[in-house]
Amino acid sequence: MKPIEIDNVQHILNQYTNKKVYVHLETTNGAYANHINKAAYNVGVYMRNAQVTFEQAKIVGDGSVYRAGLKMEMGWIYAEGLTDWTMHEDTKLLLAGHDREGRLMVSLQISETPFNY
Amino acid sequence: MEKRVVVIYPHPDDESFGAAGTILKFREEGVPVTYLCGTLGEMGRNMGNPPFANRETLPEIRKAELLNACHILDMDLKMLGYRDKTLEFEDIREVALHLKQILDELKPTLVITHYPDYAVHPDHNALGAAAIEAVQLMDTANRPEVWAQAISNNYMDVLGKPDIVNDITNYFEKKMEAIFSHDSQAAGVLGQFKHVDKLESDVQDDIKKRFSKEHFYRWKYTD
Repeated sequence: MKPIEIDNVQHILNQYTNKKVYVHLETTNGAYANHINKAAYNVGVYMRNAQVTFEQAKIVGDGSVYRAGLKMEMGWIYAEGLTDWTMHEDTKLLLAGHDREGRLMVSLQISETPFNY
Repeated sequence: MEKRVVVIYPHPDDESFGAAGTILKFREEGVPVTYLCGTLGEMGRNMGNPPFANRETLPEIRKAELLNACHILDMDLKMLGYRDKTLEFEDIREVALHLKQILDELKPTLVITHYPDYAVHPDHNALGAAAIEAVQLMDTANRPEVWAQAISNNYMDVLGKPDIVNDITNYFEKKMEAIFSHDSQAAGVLGQFKHVDKLESDVQDDIKKRFSKEHFYRWKYTD
């Protein structure tokens, strides 16, 4: 993945509007957070291949860390802490946030076809 | 009876971190070892450092790393096809029957797995429980011995001293080679041993100390 280029990502986000798309949404601090540090909590969530339609999509940020919001007819999809992006298999938009050690902390992925696995 | 070992862990790299020395020792003695790997670690958060994997490329990358590690450890591999982080939500009885079917075929004399409730990661606990149930479902005459590995910070306080303590110092280099074949994961996991106030050589000593022994408890079946 490479650092987010906001104009490119915004352009691609727009192409998914008003279509049935598959979304992967995730945040995690790992299964060992509390094992390594007693004061830490294990927190994580992921949703894979949820089929949704959003009418508006926007990515906002300060040049290094970004937030994305997808506006649906009834509700929102939101991700914060996004740092990197890539197109997977040319058609799937992957956005992710990594920590200093390169570990994934958050991801938002959109595709017109389902994600594998 | 001819000795045969089956290792049952959920993630590519569990075998290298947890039991590489033990596996290498068995292989040196000519004992066949098969790894039943539950998932491809699809949901791992380590993507390499600097990251070279992403959520979608990670499974294939980890599969290749797993094949490489099994080559280094000279053991057979069977991938079970479950999904990372979901094992505890499967029907454990079904997973146990799935494992039993494979164990009936391979006829191991020893099964190595995680100690349920003391193995930190929910996948470890769930697959360990399924493996122990799978062996329980076998006729008592055909049951292999089960070595269960605990990982939690408190396990020795609760479970007492492990029954099997393998000093694997002689296999340490090769174990590290197996660990580092999991390129996407090794740096992240070993990075836990790094602290700002420690010299690099101390970190190496910590890693050597931590990974030179492999502990297991012999599972006691009551029926």
